[in-house]
Amino acid sequence: MNASSPLQVAPAAGTTEGYNFGYLDEQTKRMIRRALLKAVAIPGYQVPFGSREMPLPYGWGTGGIQVTASVIGPADVLKVIDQGADDTTNAVSIRKFFNRVAGVRTTEKTSAATIIQTRHRVPETPLAENQILVYQVPIPEPLRWLEAREAETRRMHALAEYGAMRVNLYEEVARYGRIAKGYDYPVEVNGRYIMSPSPIPKFDNPKLDNNPALQLFGAGRERRIYAIPPYTKVKSLDFEDYPFTVERWAQACALCGATDSFLDEVIVDDQGARVFVCSDTDYCEDRRKQGFRGAAPDALAATASGAS
Amino acid sequence: MTEPLLRVENLAKRFGATLACADVSFVLRPGEVLGIVGESGAGKTTLLRCLAGQLRPTAGRVLYRTRHEGEVDVYAIAEPARRLLLRTDWGIVHQNPRDGLRLEVSAGGNVGERLMAVGARHYGKIRNEVSDWLTRVELDPARIDQYPETFSGGMQQRVQIARNLVTKPRLLFLDEPTGGLDVSVQATLLDLLRSLVGSLGIAAVLVTHDLGVVRLLAHRLVVMKDGRIVEHGLTDQVLDDPQHPYTQLLVSSILPV
Repeated sequence: MNASSPLQVAPAAGTTEGYNFGYLDEQTKRMIRRALLKAVAIPGYQVPFGSREMPLPYGWGTGGIQVTASVIGPADVLKVIDQGADDTTNAVSIRKFFNRVAGVRTTEKTSAATIIQTRHRVPETPLAENQILVYQVPIPEPLRWLEAREAETRRMHALAEYGAMRVNLYEEVARYGRIAKGYDYPVEVNGRYIMSPSPIPKFDNPKLDNNPALQLFGAGRERRIYAIPPYTKVKSLDFEDYPFTVERWAQACALCGATDSFLDEVIVDDQGARVFVCSDTDYCEDRRKQGFRGAAPDALAATASGAS
Repeated sequence: MTEPLLRVENLAKRFGATLACADVSFVLRPGEVLGIVGESGAGKTTLLRCLAGQLRPTAGRVLYRTRHEGEVDVYAIAEPARRLLLRTDWGIVHQNPRDGLRLEVSAGGNVGERLMAVGARHYGKIRNEVSDWLTRVELDPARIDQYPETFSGGMQQRVQIARNLVTKPRLLFLDEPTGGLDVSVQATLLDLLRSLVGSLGIAAVLVTHDLGVVRLLAHRLVVMKDGRIVEHGLTDQVLDDPQHPYTQLLVSSILPV
Protein backbone atom coordinates (compact mmCIF):
# COMPACT_ATOMS: atom_id res chain seq x y z
CA MET A 1 0.00 0.00 0.00
CA ASN A 2 1.11 3.48 -0.81
CA ALA A 3 1.25 5.53 2.37
CA SER A 4 1.13 8.80 0.45
CA SER A 5 -2.31 8.08 -1.07
CA PRO A 6 -4.94 10.58 0.12
CA LEU A 7 -7.17 7.68 1.03
CA GLN A 8 -4.63 6.18 3.40
CA VAL A 9 -3.22 7.37 6.67
CA ALA A 10 0.30 6.40 7.61
CA PRO A 11 0.22 3.39 9.94
CA ALA A 12 0.91 4.10 13.58
CA ALA A 13 4.13 2.83 15.06
CA GLY A 14 4.02 -0.80 16.08
CA THR A 15 1.06 -1.74 13.89
CA THR A 16 0.94 -4.35 11.17
CA GLU A 17 2.25 -3.14 7.81
CA GLY A 18 -0.12 -2.90 4.88
CA TYR A 19 -3.24 -1.68 6.63
CA ASN A 20 -4.72 1.78 6.74
CA PHE A 21 -5.16 3.26 10.21
CA GLY A 22 -8.19 1.51 11.73
CA TYR A 23 -8.31 -1.14 8.95
CA LEU A 24 -11.00 0.61 6.81
CA ASP A 25 -9.91 2.89 3.98
CA GLU A 26 -10.64 6.58 4.39
CA GLN A 27 -13.43 6.63 1.81
CA THR A 28 -15.33 3.91 3.66
CA LYS A 29 -14.82 5.70 6.96
CA ARG A 30 -16.19 8.84 5.38
CA MET A 31 -19.29 7.00 4.20
CA ILE A 32 -19.83 5.51 7.65
CA ARG A 33 -19.26 8.85 9.36
CA ARG A 34 -21.89 10.44 7.16
CA ALA A 35 -24.32 7.69 8.17
CA LEU A 36 -23.35 8.28 11.81
CA LEU A 37 -23.99 12.01 11.53
CA LYS A 38 -27.40 11.36 10.07
CA ALA A 39 -28.12 8.80 12.79
CA VAL A 40 -27.18 11.29 15.51
CA ALA A 41 -29.33 13.95 13.87
CA ILE A 42 -32.38 11.65 13.86
CA PRO A 43 -32.18 9.74 17.15
CA GLY A 44 -33.37 6.15 16.83
CA TYR A 45 -33.71 6.24 13.03
CA GLN A 46 -32.01 3.39 11.18
CA VAL A 47 -29.66 4.77 8.53
CA PRO A 48 -28.68 2.35 5.75
CA PHE A 49 -24.96 2.14 5.03
CA GLY A 50 -22.69 0.14 2.76
CA SER A 51 -21.44 -2.45 5.19
CA ARG A 52 -18.02 -3.87 4.28
CA GLU A 53 -16.62 -7.33 4.55
CA MET A 54 -14.68 -7.51 7.79
CA PRO A 55 -12.12 -10.11 8.84
CA LEU A 56 -14.63 -11.81 11.12
CA PRO A 57 -18.00 -13.51 10.46
CA TYR A 58 -21.33 -11.73 10.49
CA GLY A 59 -22.83 -11.94 13.95
CA TRP A 60 -19.46 -11.46 15.64
CA GLY A 61 -19.64 -7.70 15.63
CA THR A 62 -18.96 -6.59 12.06
CA GLY A 63 -21.29 -3.62 12.49
CA GLY A 64 -19.78 -2.50 15.76
CA ILE A 65 -16.23 -2.94 14.49
CA GLN A 66 -16.92 -0.75 11.42
CA VAL A 67 -18.43 1.99 13.59
CA THR A 68 -15.48 1.80 15.98
CA ALA A 69 -13.00 1.89 13.10
CA SER A 70 -14.69 5.02 11.75
CA VAL A 71 -14.67 7.00 14.98
CA ILE A 72 -11.40 5.84 16.52
CA GLY A 73 -8.33 8.11 16.53
CA PRO A 74 -4.73 7.54 17.63
CA ALA A 75 -5.41 9.17 21.02
CA ASP A 76 -8.39 6.95 21.84
CA VAL A 77 -8.40 4.25 24.47
CA LEU A 78 -10.50 1.24 23.54
CA LYS A 79 -12.39 -1.18 25.75
CA VAL A 80 -14.31 -4.13 24.31
CA ILE A 81 -16.81 -6.18 26.28
CA ASP A 82 -18.83 -9.21 25.40
CA GLN A 83 -21.71 -10.08 27.75
CA GLY A 84 -20.11 -7.66 30.21
CA ALA A 85 -16.78 -9.47 30.27
CA ASP A 86 -13.45 -8.15 28.98
CA ASP A 87 -11.85 -11.56 28.78
CA THR A 88 -14.11 -13.54 26.44
CA THR A 89 -12.85 -14.63 23.03
CA ASN A 90 -14.81 -12.07 21.03
CA ALA A 91 -13.80 -9.15 23.23
CA VAL A 92 -10.14 -10.16 23.33
CA SER A 93 -9.87 -10.64 19.57
CA ILE A 94 -11.56 -7.33 18.70
CA ARG A 95 -9.32 -5.52 21.18
CA LYS A 96 -6.24 -7.17 19.66
CA PHE A 97 -7.48 -6.34 16.19
CA PHE A 98 -7.62 -2.62 16.89
CA ASN A 99 -4.35 -2.78 18.69
CA ARG A 100 -2.78 -4.19 15.52
CA VAL A 101 -4.50 -2.08 12.86
CA ALA A 102 -4.73 1.24 14.72
CA GLY A 103 -2.07 0.94 17.37
CA VAL A 104 -4.43 2.41 19.95
CA ARG A 105 -4.15 1.75 23.64
CA THR A 106 -6.68 -0.69 25.06
CA THR A 107 -8.00 -1.01 28.55
CA GLU A 108 -10.36 -3.07 30.65
CA LYS A 109 -11.30 -0.14 32.84
CA THR A 110 -14.61 1.46 31.92
CA SER A 111 -13.61 4.84 33.31
CA ALA A 112 -10.30 4.88 31.39
CA ALA A 113 -11.83 4.14 27.97
CA THR A 114 -12.91 6.73 25.42
CA ILE A 115 -14.57 4.17 23.13
CA ILE A 116 -16.30 1.09 24.48
CA GLN A 117 -17.48 -1.50 21.99
CA THR A 118 -20.03 -3.79 23.52
CA ARG A 119 -22.06 -6.85 22.85
CA HIS A 120 -25.14 -7.50 25.02
CA ARG A 121 -24.33 -5.21 27.98
CA VAL A 122 -23.97 -1.60 29.08
CA PRO A 123 -21.20 -1.19 31.68
CA GLU A 124 -22.35 -0.78 35.29
CA THR A 125 -20.01 2.16 35.86
CA PRO A 126 -21.83 5.33 34.72
CA LEU A 127 -20.44 6.73 31.46
CA ALA A 128 -19.18 10.26 30.93
CA GLU A 129 -19.50 12.89 28.22
CA ASN A 130 -16.15 12.08 26.60
CA GLN A 131 -17.06 8.45 26.00
CA ILE A 132 -18.64 6.66 23.05
CA LEU A 133 -20.49 3.39 23.50
CA VAL A 134 -20.60 1.27 20.32
CA TYR A 135 -23.16 -1.54 20.26
CA GLN A 136 -22.98 -4.63 18.07
CA VAL A 137 -26.47 -5.22 16.72
CA PRO A 138 -27.69 -8.46 15.14
CA ILE A 139 -31.24 -7.38 14.17
CA PRO A 140 -31.78 -3.61 14.16
CA GLU A 141 -35.45 -3.67 13.22
CA PRO A 142 -37.69 -3.81 16.33
CA LEU A 143 -40.73 -4.50 14.13
CA ARG A 144 -39.10 -7.38 12.27
CA TRP A 145 -40.95 -10.18 14.06
CA LEU A 146 -44.28 -8.42 13.57
CA GLU A 147 -43.86 -7.42 9.95
CA ALA A 148 -41.57 -9.30 7.59
CA ARG A 149 -41.58 -6.75 4.74
CA GLU A 150 -38.80 -4.17 4.94
CA ALA A 151 -40.75 -1.64 2.84
CA GLU A 152 -43.65 -1.92 5.25
CA THR A 153 -41.56 -1.58 8.43
CA ARG A 154 -39.92 1.53 7.00
CA ARG A 155 -43.34 2.98 6.27
CA MET A 156 -44.47 2.12 9.81
CA HIS A 157 -41.47 4.00 11.20
CA ALA A 158 -42.01 6.93 8.86
CA LEU A 159 -45.62 7.30 9.89
CA ALA A 160 -44.98 6.34 13.54
CA GLU A 161 -47.53 3.54 13.19
CA TYR A 162 -46.56 1.51 16.18
CA GLY A 163 -49.89 -0.13 16.99
CA ALA A 164 -48.50 -3.55 16.10
CA MET A 165 -45.63 -3.18 18.59
CA ARG A 166 -48.18 -2.47 21.31
CA VAL A 167 -50.18 -5.51 20.24
CA ASN A 168 -47.06 -7.56 20.82
CA LEU A 169 -46.78 -6.27 24.39
CA TYR A 170 -50.52 -6.76 24.89
CA GLU A 171 -50.17 -10.40 23.82
CA GLU A 172 -47.39 -10.97 26.35
CA VAL A 173 -49.44 -9.57 29.22
CA ALA A 174 -52.48 -11.57 28.08
CA ARG A 175 -50.44 -14.77 27.89
CA TYR A 176 -47.94 -14.48 30.72
CA GLY A 177 -49.51 -11.88 32.98
CA ARG A 178 -46.54 -9.56 32.45
CA ILE A 179 -44.36 -8.22 29.67
CA ALA A 180 -42.10 -11.23 29.37
CA LYS A 181 -39.46 -9.79 27.06
CA GLY A 182 -36.19 -9.86 28.99
CA TYR A 183 -33.68 -8.63 26.43
CA ASP A 184 -33.77 -6.47 23.29
CA TYR A 185 -36.65 -4.70 25.00
CA PRO A 186 -38.00 -2.04 22.59
CA VAL A 187 -37.56 1.61 23.48
CA GLU A 188 -38.97 4.87 22.21
CA VAL A 189 -36.20 7.36 21.48
CA ASN A 190 -36.77 11.08 21.88
CA GLY A 191 -40.53 10.57 21.76
CA ARG A 192 -40.43 9.48 18.14
CA TYR A 193 -38.77 6.33 16.80
CA ILE A 194 -39.13 2.90 18.29
CA MET A 195 -35.71 1.32 18.44
CA SER A 196 -34.16 -2.01 19.25
CA PRO A 197 -31.51 -1.49 21.94
CA SER A 198 -29.66 -4.61 20.66
CA PRO A 199 -29.85 -7.74 22.80
CA ILE A 200 -28.92 -6.08 26.09
CA PRO A 201 -30.91 -7.30 29.10
CA LYS A 202 -33.78 -4.98 29.94
CA PHE A 203 -31.83 -4.35 33.14
CA ASP A 204 -29.65 -2.03 31.05
CA ASN A 205 -32.50 -0.14 29.38
CA PRO A 206 -32.69 2.60 32.03
CA LYS A 207 -28.99 3.33 31.39
CA LEU A 208 -29.80 4.35 27.82
CA ASP A 209 -31.99 7.18 29.04
CA ASN A 210 -30.37 10.59 29.37
CA ASN A 211 -26.89 9.08 29.15
CA PRO A 212 -24.04 11.63 28.89
CA ALA A 213 -22.14 9.38 26.48
CA LEU A 214 -22.78 9.09 22.74
CA GLN A 215 -24.34 5.71 21.91
CA LEU A 216 -23.82 4.30 18.41
CA PHE A 217 -25.36 1.12 17.07
CA GLY A 218 -23.92 -0.82 14.13
CA ALA A 219 -25.58 -3.76 12.39
CA GLY A 220 -23.13 -5.17 9.83
CA ARG A 221 -25.18 -7.89 8.23
CA GLU A 222 -28.38 -5.81 8.13
CA ARG A 223 -26.41 -2.72 7.05
CA ARG A 224 -27.96 -0.26 9.44
CA ILE A 225 -26.52 2.36 11.75
CA TYR A 226 -28.48 4.20 14.42
CA ALA A 227 -27.65 6.33 17.41
CA ILE A 228 -28.74 7.88 20.66
CA PRO A 229 -27.08 11.29 21.13
CA PRO A 230 -25.99 12.30 24.64
CA TYR A 231 -28.75 13.29 27.06
CA THR A 232 -31.58 11.91 24.93
CA LYS A 233 -34.84 10.69 26.39
CA VAL A 234 -35.18 6.94 25.97
CA LYS A 235 -38.33 5.28 27.26
CA SER A 236 -38.97 1.55 27.47
CA LEU A 237 -42.42 0.66 26.13
CA ASP A 238 -44.96 -0.46 28.69
CA PHE A 239 -48.56 -0.13 29.84
CA GLU A 240 -49.70 2.30 32.51
CA ASP A 241 -50.88 -0.57 34.69
CA TYR A 242 -47.98 -2.88 33.72
CA PRO A 243 -45.01 -0.50 34.06
CA PHE A 244 -41.54 -1.37 32.84
CA THR A 245 -39.46 -3.07 35.53
CA VAL A 246 -35.94 -4.48 35.56
CA GLU A 247 -34.70 -7.84 36.79
CA ARG A 248 -33.89 -8.21 40.48
CA TRP A 249 -31.94 -10.99 42.16
CA ALA A 250 -32.44 -12.46 45.61
CA GLN A 251 -28.65 -12.87 45.91
CA ALA A 252 -25.77 -10.45 45.89
CA CYS A 253 -22.70 -11.05 43.70
CA ALA A 254 -20.78 -13.94 45.27
CA LEU A 255 -17.43 -12.26 44.55
CA CYS A 256 -17.95 -8.61 45.37
CA GLY A 257 -21.30 -8.52 47.18
CA ALA A 258 -22.85 -6.02 44.77
CA THR A 259 -26.63 -5.88 44.83
CA ASP A 260 -27.04 -3.26 42.11
CA SER A 261 -25.45 -5.05 39.15
CA PHE A 262 -26.61 -7.55 36.54
CA LEU A 263 -25.76 -11.05 37.76
CA ASP A 264 -24.79 -14.12 35.75
CA GLU A 265 -25.54 -17.57 37.07
CA VAL A 266 -22.39 -19.69 36.87
CA ILE A 267 -22.18 -23.42 37.52
CA VAL A 268 -18.95 -24.03 39.39
CA ASP A 269 -18.63 -27.81 39.66
CA ASP A 270 -20.05 -31.00 38.23
CA GLN A 271 -22.39 -31.37 41.20
CA GLY A 272 -24.53 -28.51 39.90
CA ALA A 273 -23.42 -26.00 42.50
CA ARG A 274 -23.94 -22.49 41.23
CA VAL A 275 -23.07 -18.94 42.17
CA PHE A 276 -24.27 -15.58 40.98
CA VAL A 277 -21.55 -13.15 39.93
CA CYS A 278 -21.45 -9.73 38.30
CA SER A 279 -21.63 -9.95 34.53
CA ASP A 280 -19.53 -6.77 34.30
CA THR A 281 -16.07 -8.11 35.17
CA ASP A 282 -14.44 -4.69 35.42
CA TYR A 283 -17.07 -3.42 37.83
CA CYS A 284 -16.73 -6.55 39.98
CA GLU A 285 -12.95 -6.35 40.11
CA ASP A 286 -13.08 -2.67 40.92
CA ARG A 287 -15.32 -3.33 43.88
CA ARG A 288 -13.08 -6.13 45.15
CA LYS A 289 -10.09 -3.80 44.94
CA GLN A 290 -12.02 -1.35 47.05
CA GLY A 291 -12.37 -4.10 49.66
CA PHE A 292 -15.91 -5.31 49.02
CA ARG A 293 -16.31 -9.03 49.50
CA GLY A 294 -19.22 -11.33 48.60
CA ALA A 295 -20.32 -14.56 50.24
CA ALA A 296 -17.85 -16.72 48.26
CA PRO A 297 -15.02 -14.51 47.01
CA ASP A 298 -13.03 -17.51 45.74
CA ALA A 299 -15.97 -19.25 44.05
CA LEU A 300 -14.53 -18.83 40.56
CA ALA A 301 -10.87 -19.28 41.51
CA ALA A 302 -10.80 -22.62 39.71
CA THR A 303 -12.39 -21.36 36.49
CA ALA A 304 -10.63 -19.35 33.85
CA SER A 305 -12.92 -16.34 33.93
CA GLY A 306 -12.39 -15.79 37.65
CA ALA A 307 -8.62 -15.78 37.31
CA SER A 308 -8.19 -12.27 35.91
CA MET B 1 -80.75 17.69 4.90
CA THR B 2 -77.47 16.97 6.65
CA GLU B 3 -74.14 17.59 4.94
CA PRO B 4 -72.87 14.56 3.02
CA LEU B 5 -70.22 12.48 4.79
CA LEU B 6 -68.68 11.11 1.62
CA ARG B 7 -68.85 12.59 -1.85
CA VAL B 8 -67.56 10.79 -4.92
CA GLU B 9 -67.04 12.80 -8.07
CA ASN B 10 -66.48 11.22 -11.47
CA LEU B 11 -64.26 8.53 -10.10
CA ALA B 12 -62.45 6.30 -12.57
CA LYS B 13 -59.85 3.58 -12.21
CA ARG B 14 -57.90 1.99 -15.02
CA PHE B 15 -55.46 -0.88 -14.84
CA GLY B 16 -53.47 -0.24 -17.99
CA ALA B 17 -55.92 -0.56 -20.85
CA THR B 18 -58.52 -2.20 -18.66
CA LEU B 19 -61.22 0.07 -17.32
CA ALA B 20 -62.27 -1.10 -13.85
CA CYS B 21 -64.73 1.67 -13.11
CA ALA B 22 -65.64 5.04 -14.63
CA ASP B 23 -67.91 8.04 -14.11
CA VAL B 24 -68.87 6.98 -10.61
CA SER B 25 -70.49 9.80 -8.64
CA PHE B 26 -72.68 9.62 -5.54
CA VAL B 27 -73.04 11.06 -2.06
CA LEU B 28 -73.38 9.29 1.26
CA ARG B 29 -74.93 11.01 4.26
CA PRO B 30 -74.21 10.24 7.94
CA GLY B 31 -75.98 7.12 9.13
CA GLU B 32 -76.86 6.01 5.63
CA VAL B 33 -76.11 2.58 4.18
CA LEU B 34 -75.38 2.47 0.47
CA GLY B 35 -75.41 -0.86 -1.31
CA ILE B 36 -73.30 -1.46 -4.41
CA VAL B 37 -74.44 -4.48 -6.37
CA GLY B 38 -73.40 -6.01 -9.64
CA GLU B 39 -72.02 -9.25 -10.98
CA SER B 40 -68.44 -10.43 -10.51
CA GLY B 41 -66.03 -8.22 -12.43
CA ALA B 42 -68.38 -5.22 -12.45
CA GLY B 43 -65.76 -3.16 -10.60
CA LYS B 44 -67.42 -3.21 -7.16
CA THR B 45 -64.37 -4.15 -5.12
CA THR B 46 -62.08 -1.83 -7.08
CA LEU B 47 -64.53 1.00 -6.40
CA LEU B 48 -64.62 0.15 -2.71
CA ARG B 49 -60.82 0.13 -2.51
CA CYS B 50 -60.72 3.51 -4.22
CA LEU B 51 -63.26 4.88 -1.76
CA ALA B 52 -61.46 3.44 1.26
CA GLY B 53 -58.17 5.15 0.52
CA GLN B 54 -56.40 1.98 -0.50
CA LEU B 55 -56.20 2.41 -4.25
CA ARG B 56 -55.54 5.78 -5.88
CA PRO B 57 -58.15 6.40 -8.60
CA THR B 58 -57.00 7.33 -12.11
CA ALA B 59 -59.41 10.26 -12.20
CA GLY B 60 -62.03 11.89 -10.02
CA ARG B 61 -62.16 12.76 -6.36
CA VAL B 62 -63.23 11.17 -3.11
CA LEU B 63 -64.21 13.81 -0.54
CA TYR B 64 -64.75 12.98 3.10
CA ARG B 65 -66.13 15.29 5.76
CA THR B 66 -63.84 14.96 8.80
CA ARG B 67 -64.91 15.71 12.36
CA HIS B 68 -62.84 18.84 12.73
CA GLU B 69 -61.37 19.95 9.44
CA GLY B 70 -64.37 19.94 7.18
CA GLU B 71 -64.33 18.21 3.81
CA VAL B 72 -60.99 16.79 2.65
CA ASP B 73 -59.92 15.12 -0.57
CA VAL B 74 -58.88 11.66 0.56
CA TYR B 75 -56.11 11.42 -2.02
CA ALA B 76 -54.88 14.99 -1.69
CA ILE B 77 -54.09 14.84 2.03
CA ALA B 78 -50.77 13.49 3.27
CA GLU B 79 -50.40 9.77 3.73
CA PRO B 80 -50.13 9.96 7.56
CA ALA B 81 -53.46 11.81 7.70
CA ARG B 82 -55.04 9.28 5.35
CA ARG B 83 -53.76 6.34 7.40
CA LEU B 84 -55.02 8.03 10.56
CA LEU B 85 -58.48 8.30 9.00
CA LEU B 86 -58.28 4.63 8.12
CA ARG B 87 -57.66 3.55 11.67
CA THR B 88 -59.92 6.00 13.49
CA ASP B 89 -62.84 7.31 11.46
CA TRP B 90 -63.14 4.43 9.03
CA GLY B 91 -63.43 0.69 9.23
CA ILE B 92 -63.02 -1.95 6.56
CA VAL B 93 -64.59 -5.37 6.87
CA HIS B 94 -63.06 -7.72 4.34
CA GLN B 95 -64.87 -10.62 2.77
CA ASN B 96 -62.21 -12.97 4.04
CA PRO B 97 -61.54 -12.45 7.76
CA ARG B 98 -57.97 -13.61 7.18
CA ASP B 99 -57.35 -10.38 5.24
CA GLY B 100 -58.61 -8.24 8.07
CA LEU B 101 -57.26 -10.06 11.12
CA ARG B 102 -53.82 -10.88 12.47
CA LEU B 103 -54.00 -14.63 12.73
CA GLU B 104 -51.00 -14.97 15.04
CA VAL B 105 -52.55 -12.58 17.54
CA SER B 106 -55.37 -13.41 19.97
CA ALA B 107 -58.91 -12.09 19.45
CA GLY B 108 -58.29 -9.55 22.22
CA GLY B 109 -55.11 -8.26 20.58
CA ASN B 110 -56.89 -7.98 17.25
CA VAL B 111 -59.74 -5.96 18.66
CA GLY B 112 -57.44 -3.87 20.86
CA GLU B 113 -54.96 -2.96 18.12
CA ARG B 114 -56.76 0.15 16.94
CA LEU B 115 -57.21 1.37 20.50
CA MET B 116 -53.46 1.05 21.08
CA ALA B 117 -52.71 2.65 17.72
CA VAL B 118 -54.58 5.78 18.74
CA GLY B 119 -52.86 6.00 22.10
CA ALA B 120 -54.49 3.66 24.65
CA ARG B 121 -51.76 2.70 27.10
CA HIS B 122 -53.68 1.13 29.98
CA TYR B 123 -53.87 -2.65 29.66
CA GLY B 124 -56.86 -3.05 32.01
CA LYS B 125 -58.92 -0.44 30.21
CA ILE B 126 -58.04 -1.84 26.79
CA ARG B 127 -59.04 -5.27 27.99
CA ASN B 128 -62.37 -4.07 29.40
CA GLU B 129 -63.22 -2.27 26.22
CA VAL B 130 -62.31 -5.32 24.15
CA SER B 131 -64.49 -7.59 26.32
CA ASP B 132 -67.30 -5.12 25.98
CA TRP B 133 -67.00 -5.19 22.20
CA LEU B 134 -66.81 -8.97 22.05
CA THR B 135 -70.09 -9.03 23.96
CA ARG B 136 -71.62 -6.51 21.59
CA VAL B 137 -70.83 -8.66 18.58
CA GLU B 138 -72.27 -11.62 20.49
CA LEU B 139 -69.02 -13.46 21.13
CA ASP B 140 -68.17 -15.06 24.46
CA PRO B 141 -65.72 -12.66 26.19
CA ALA B 142 -64.14 -15.71 27.84
CA ARG B 143 -62.56 -16.47 24.46
CA ILE B 144 -60.66 -13.17 24.43
CA ASP B 145 -57.26 -14.89 24.53
CA GLN B 146 -57.95 -17.45 21.84
CA TYR B 147 -56.57 -17.19 18.33
CA PRO B 148 -58.74 -16.36 15.31
CA GLU B 149 -58.11 -19.78 13.79
CA THR B 150 -59.95 -21.43 16.69
CA PHE B 151 -63.06 -19.46 15.73
CA SER B 152 -65.60 -20.42 13.07
CA GLY B 153 -65.91 -18.33 9.91
CA GLY B 154 -68.91 -16.41 11.21
CA MET B 155 -67.19 -15.75 14.53
CA GLN B 156 -64.02 -14.55 12.79
CA GLN B 157 -66.20 -12.11 10.87
CA ARG B 158 -67.61 -10.87 14.20
CA VAL B 159 -64.09 -10.38 15.55
CA GLN B 160 -63.30 -8.39 12.43
CA ILE B 161 -66.39 -6.23 12.92
CA ALA B 162 -65.49 -5.60 16.58
CA ARG B 163 -61.92 -4.76 15.56
CA ASN B 164 -63.25 -2.07 13.24
CA LEU B 165 -65.95 -0.66 15.49
CA VAL B 166 -63.80 -0.35 18.62
CA THR B 167 -62.61 3.16 17.70
CA LYS B 168 -66.21 4.21 16.97
CA PRO B 169 -65.78 4.95 13.26
CA ARG B 170 -68.26 7.06 11.32
CA LEU B 171 -67.91 5.20 8.06
CA LEU B 172 -67.68 1.48 7.45
CA PHE B 173 -66.71 -0.22 4.21
CA LEU B 174 -68.13 -3.71 3.94
CA ASP B 175 -66.82 -5.97 1.17
CA GLU B 176 -69.13 -8.97 0.88
CA PRO B 177 -69.31 -9.30 4.66
CA THR B 178 -71.39 -12.47 4.49
CA GLY B 179 -69.63 -14.13 1.56
CA GLY B 180 -68.61 -17.69 2.24
CA LEU B 181 -70.88 -18.11 5.26
CA ASP B 182 -73.82 -20.50 5.42
CA VAL B 183 -77.32 -19.07 5.30
CA SER B 184 -78.22 -19.21 9.00
CA VAL B 185 -74.89 -17.67 10.01
CA GLN B 186 -75.42 -15.01 7.36
CA ALA B 187 -78.80 -14.17 8.82
CA THR B 188 -77.53 -13.65 12.37
CA LEU B 189 -74.53 -11.68 11.15
CA LEU B 190 -76.74 -9.41 9.04
CA ASP B 191 -79.03 -8.92 11.98
CA LEU B 192 -76.05 -7.92 14.11
CA LEU B 193 -74.68 -5.56 11.47
CA ARG B 194 -78.05 -3.93 11.02
CA SER B 195 -78.54 -3.30 14.71
CA LEU B 196 -74.96 -2.03 15.21
CA VAL B 197 -75.03 0.27 12.21
CA GLY B 198 -78.47 1.53 13.26
CA SER B 199 -77.71 2.07 16.95
CA LEU B 200 -74.30 3.69 16.38
CA GLY B 201 -75.46 5.81 13.45
CA ILE B 202 -72.58 4.61 11.29
CA ALA B 203 -72.68 5.26 7.57
CA ALA B 204 -71.68 2.29 5.45
CA VAL B 205 -70.82 1.35 1.91
CA LEU B 206 -71.76 -2.26 1.33
CA VAL B 207 -70.48 -4.18 -1.65
CA THR B 208 -72.20 -7.44 -2.44
CA HIS B 209 -73.66 -9.52 -5.22
CA ASP B 210 -76.35 -10.81 -2.89
CA LEU B 211 -79.55 -8.82 -3.39
CA GLY B 212 -81.04 -10.28 -0.21
CA VAL B 213 -78.25 -8.71 1.81
CA VAL B 214 -78.79 -5.24 0.35
CA ARG B 215 -82.54 -5.49 0.77
CA LEU B 216 -81.96 -6.07 4.47
CA LEU B 217 -79.18 -3.53 5.11
CA ALA B 218 -79.03 -0.82 2.47
CA HIS B 219 -81.12 2.31 2.31
CA ARG B 220 -80.03 3.18 -1.18
CA LEU B 221 -78.70 1.10 -3.97
CA VAL B 222 -76.24 1.53 -6.79
CA VAL B 223 -76.23 -1.04 -9.57
CA MET B 224 -72.96 -1.44 -11.46
CA LYS B 225 -72.24 -3.04 -14.78
CA ASP B 226 -68.90 -3.00 -16.61
CA GLY B 227 -67.51 -0.40 -14.24
CA ARG B 228 -70.36 2.09 -14.61
CA ILE B 229 -73.41 2.89 -12.52
CA VAL B 230 -76.47 1.84 -14.50
CA GLU B 231 -79.12 2.48 -11.88
CA HIS B 232 -79.27 4.40 -8.63
CA GLY B 233 -82.14 4.81 -6.18
CA LEU B 234 -83.84 3.73 -2.97
CA THR B 235 -83.33 0.05 -2.34
CA ASP B 236 -86.96 -0.99 -2.43
CA GLN B 237 -87.59 1.16 -5.48
CA VAL B 238 -84.70 -0.34 -7.42
CA LEU B 239 -85.47 -3.90 -6.44
CA ASP B 240 -89.25 -3.72 -6.86
CA ASP B 241 -89.34 -1.57 -9.96
CA PRO B 242 -86.07 -1.99 -11.81
CA GLN B 243 -85.74 0.32 -14.81
CA HIS B 244 -82.48 -0.70 -16.44
CA PRO B 245 -82.52 -3.98 -18.37
CA TYR B 246 -79.48 -5.21 -16.47
CA THR B 247 -81.13 -4.53 -13.09
CA GLN B 248 -84.24 -6.30 -14.32
CA LEU B 249 -82.09 -9.28 -15.24
CA LEU B 250 -80.37 -9.22 -11.82
CA VAL B 251 -83.65 -9.04 -9.91
CA SER B 252 -85.30 -11.71 -12.00
CA SER B 253 -82.41 -14.11 -11.57
CA ILE B 254 -82.95 -14.49 -7.81
CA LEU B 255 -84.08 -18.04 -7.21
CA PRO B 256 -87.48 -18.08 -5.56
CA VAL B 257 -87.33 -20.04 -2.31
